[in-house]
Amino acid sequence: MESLFNTAKSVPLNHYILLSAIIFSIGVIGVLIRRNAIVIFMSIELMLNAVNLLLTAFSVYHGDASGQVFVFFIMALAAAEVAVGLAIIVMIYRNTNSIDINVLNRLKW
Amino acid sequence: MSIFYFTAILSILFSVLVISAKNPVHSILYLVLTFFTFTVQYILLNAQFVAIVNFIVYMGAILVLFLYTLMLINLNKDSEPMKTSLVKVAAVLGGGCLLVVVVASLKATAVSDPVLFKNPDLGLVKNLGKVLFNEFLLPFEISSLLLLSAMVGAVLLATKDPKTT
Repeated sequence: MESLFNTAKSVPLNHYILLSAIIFSIGVIGVLIRRNAIVIFMSIELMLNAVNLLLTAFSVYHGDASGQVFVFFIMALAAAEVAVGLAIIVMIYRNTNSIDINVLNRLKW
Repeated sequence: MSIFYFTAILSILFSVLVISAKNPVHSILYLVLTFFTFTVQYILLNAQFVAIVNFIVYMGAILVLFLYTLMLINLNKDSEPMKTSLVKVAAVLGGGCLLVVVVASLKATAVSDPVLFKNPDLGLVKNLGKVLFNEFLLPFEISSLLLLSAMVGAVLLATKDPKTT
């Protein structure tokens, strides 16, 4: 186990930022290209997880535990957001018989 | 070191599959694999408590919630809405521009140091609990209120109103 941690020591901080940026961009593209509301929610989860990984990497890099505590608050927020959001999607499906977000054009104005 | 790059490539691959899979159930299963690679990254960073919470809460609770909602909705494959290819190309260009801006700003900084463990016990439950219940006690209590209100809101939204239907 100790050798496993020693292997991670040689990874530069830039590579963690790069990985998180790539995952975050994939999440942004997923929100933009899909019309299925559930897949859009999953892309948002992807973005939140990229931020979580970056916060943990910075917390380890600076030796400060506050970053990892903040990850818990993000996770609690994500759980609340998913519960309410999926309830709204179920309600939309019950009213319109589809989860296509373009159906919600009628919400304009 | 090679474990980091291996799991990084895997997580990028699976997250691309999440947004490109036609069937939403396949998207959810790829998302489970993506979160598993994130758990491996947390273990490599010796953030053991975050790794366990990520494993239990994300892969155990949130994705099961997604699967149950998908089962309730009962999507047919032919009703799966897709955007036009022009919008797709524009969206990929926009996301790519975001990535290029972030990476370019990263290039402007100096060469970064490797991530060293200044305090190897940082991610253990003992240390995190001390920080959480001393400095972050008020946000902790407020997050309990947030979860309570989210629970009430979800139940209120998802139950059928007998008067309207």
